Parts: sequence; C-alpha cells; structure tokens
Amino acid sequence: MNAMIIDPKDNVAVAIEPIAAGGAVSYLTPEGEVRLTAAEDITIYHKLATRDIAEGEAVVKYGEHIGVATAPIAKGAHVHIHNVVSPREDRQAKE
Amino acid sequence: MTFYGYRRPDGRVGVRNKVLILPASVCASDTTRIISQQVEGSVTFNNQQGCSQVGPDQQLTMDVMAGYAANPNIYGTVVVSLGCENCQMDLVVAAIRERTNKPLEQVIIQEAGGTLKAVEAAVRYAKQMVAEASLLQKEEFPISELIVGTECGGSDPTSGLAANPAIGAMSDLLVAAGGTSILSETSEFIGAEHILARRAVNKEVHDRIYEITTRFENHFHLVGEDVRAGNPSPGNKAGGITTLEEKSLGCIHKGGHSPIQAVYDYGKQVQAKQGLVIMDTPGNDPSSVAAMVAGGAQVVVFSSGRGSPVGSPIAPVVKITGNKLTFAKMEDNIDFNAAPLIYGEKTVEQLGQELLQMVVETACGKQTKAEALGFTETAIARLCNYV
Repeated sequence: MNAMIIDPKDNVAVAIEPIAAGGAVSYLTPEGEVRLTAAEDITIYHKLATRDIAEGEAVVKYGEHIGVATAPIAKGAHVHIHNVVSPREDRQAKE
Repeated sequence: MTFYGYRRPDGRVGVRNKVLILPASVCASDTTRIISQQVEGSVTFNNQQGCSQVGPDQQLTMDVMAGYAANPNIYGTVVVSLGCENCQMDLVVAAIRERTNKPLEQVIIQEAGGTLKAVEAAVRYAKQMVAEASLLQKEEFPISELIVGTECGGSDPTSGLAANPAIGAMSDLLVAAGGTSILSETSEFIGAEHILARRAVNKEVHDRIYEITTRFENHFHLVGEDVRAGNPSPGNKAGGITTLEEKSLGCIHKGGHSPIQAVYDYGKQVQAKQGLVIMDTPGNDPSSVAAMVAGGAQVVVFSSGRGSPVGSPIAPVVKITGNKLTFAKMEDNIDFNAAPLIYGEKTVEQLGQELLQMVVETACGKQTKAEALGFTETAIARLCNYV
C-alpha cells in the first residue's frame, strides 16, 4: 500500500509514499485493495483522485466536503490548490 | 492512573514549581527578562500588550496574565509594571486574586525609581519565593486533576491522519479517567462545526460552537478580508493541505469522540474534572497555547506535521508528529511519533495509551524537548483575531 483513504465516501486518496507518474497506486477499502495508476507525480501526503471528478463537483475527504473542483480532475491526478477551492458551505444546514 | 504534583493553597495541582515574573505590559517586558535571568527557578515571557488597548481587547491580555499567575504550575508571581500602562498594577493584582490566593508581590518601575532599583526589588522577591517553592514536596494525585490543552500547528495531512487522532484517543482516555481536555483553535473549526455541534451536550453549547466560528469569520469580513487568505499557511499547502475546510476536518480529531461539555472564552479559567471542552482561540499557536495555559492547562499536547518548536513559559508542551520524515528530520523538537498509525504498525488505541503515558510522565517531571530548549513563546490574542 502506498496510499490510503479515510472514509468510504472519499473521492481522493492520500499518498503515504512518494508516487511517480505512471506508477501503481494501491490502498485498502473495507471491500479490499484498490489499484489505479498515478497520472502525475504525487508528493508524499498529497492527494490524488480515486475517480474522475467533474468541474464543480465536491472533493470529499474525511467523508466531508473539503473543496470544489475548479476543473475536471482525472482519476489518478494530483488534487490540490491548482484545481480545488474552498467549498464555503452553510455548515449548519449540513448537520 | 496517578501522577506526582504540587498541591497549591487554592486547591489546584501543579506539575511544575516555577516563580513567574509577570510583565504587566510591553514596557515592563525587558525588565522582567533581566530579573528572570538573575533567578534560577523563575520564568517570564515577552508581553507585547498591556497598553493602548480598548476594554474588550485589554480583557484578553488581563485574562492571560491572571491565568498565567493562577496556573498551578506556578508557585507564586512577582508582577512588574511600568506604572502608567492601561493594565494598571491594581487591576492586574485584582484579576490574579480573583483566581488564586498564591504568593504575590508587586514592583512598579516608575515608583521603584527606575530600572535598576526595580530589578533589585523584584530579584529579592523572586529569590525568596524560589526558596519557599523549593521546600515543597510532590504528592500523588489521580489524573482527574489534569487539564490538558491540545493544539496543532504547522499542520500537514499527517496531522489529520495520525497525530491528531492519537491526541483524540489520549483525550478520550483522560476524559474517561475524569480529567479535562481542551480543544482549541476556532479558525480551524471552520468547515467542521457541524461535526462538533452534533457532540454538544446541550443547545447552548451547540449554538456557541457556531457563534464563535461565525464571529471569527466576521472579524475578517469587517475589513473586507477572508480568513482563508492566510489559512492554510504556505507550509500547510506545501505539505498537501488544500483548503481551510480540509485543515479543520483534521484539526478537530484532537477532541476525540467525547461529548463537548462547554465552550470557554479566550483565557478564561477552565473548571477541572469536566471532560472535553472547547476554548475560543485563534489558530496562531503561541496565542492559542497561551490561552489554554491561562485556562489552567498544566500540560499541552501539540501536533505538528511540518515540525514546530513552540513551547510555553508555564506548561510543558509535548510535541507529536504523524509525518515520518519530520520525526526523523526534527528529532530535537519532537517528543512522540504517531506515524506508525499511517503505516498500520500501531492502532490509534495503542498510540492514545502511549501518549497518555507520556503526558503522565511529563506531569511527573520528565522534560519535554521544548522545555529542554528553553522555549517560552507567548502571544496574546487581540480583539479582532489576527486581522
């Protein structure tokens, strides 16, 4: 394993080792191991998409919205400040 | 579990036995540095406030000063003021006396006749207090007497994955043993308030959680700014944290899973044996740590993915990281490694037990890395929270 997800609802995984572009990514879920290919270099502890994320779609980590995609993000791509902004949601409405 | 500490005349229990040389304002801060350098066993800090403040802003400074003096790690306090500052000696003394009956002496520089005479008077008071303090013997107390402040600073994604969950597990164990844990950093609740609010013991606490985060954001809106412009920090982003919401969702793990019993204002005295409470502090680490220590925290547990050196003049600060690279690179600053949680080598329950053990050892006298390096960083929050 060189990545992990925190909540089954997450659409990003965290690299727990440095991962090179084209390299294999693997992480555990309650259903077993999942494998995909890194679309670009992923710095250790940075995030990568575990599936295609559309522009405007919520980015989910900890099972919660951590941001909104500002561009389409392909499965295996680096997810960070270049393609995500703060969601600025009404948190009380989510309770 | 038990620890060995110092019984104070106000009934509280300390884990250190220092004499505080308390500067009532920035104009007395270099003087207290000189005084403290002359008296082994004394501590001081650089107070950047104490004058030219409006009422509610000055109250934050007064609460930190009074809370520092009342913190049970302090045997007694020598207050040093210039004489003309807003935080007048009689106000500071009254604020301390509201919280504690411990030994207290006063020196006013303008009345003593200048720096050298003030230094001499204060050094004599402090030497006498240190001599009295040295006669105290430690006694055994249950860990329910402990108030532990929790902090994260220089965060990266490992803080939310490992270090903060380990702190949360420690916090839950402490709460189960009857102790008190403080979750702080209001700016780092933003985006995670709903999770905390669900754990509030009643509607008042629930509503206060939203009130403090809304107030924090509104301070920035008042001047046309957004809290997100400065948070996450460059180091947070370099580490892999993308948004304030992501940072917050990692931050709140420090509170574990216990119910939230109360929300305290900045620097107010926290009731012991209360379980998990929140204190309304800014994410600025020295300022948040200062508030919890003023609230009575005898020990602080501080997670840092990037590696932070920050300490406290009053309380030992235990440093923990979940980043294996940082633990290797900054071993002179970090006390506890939570990275094994990420790599499946240890469970969060194991790490929580081990961290509680370290907290108890620290309470018994074990020196933290920040203590060994003599770090005493103190910042006091201002009314508009870093706008």
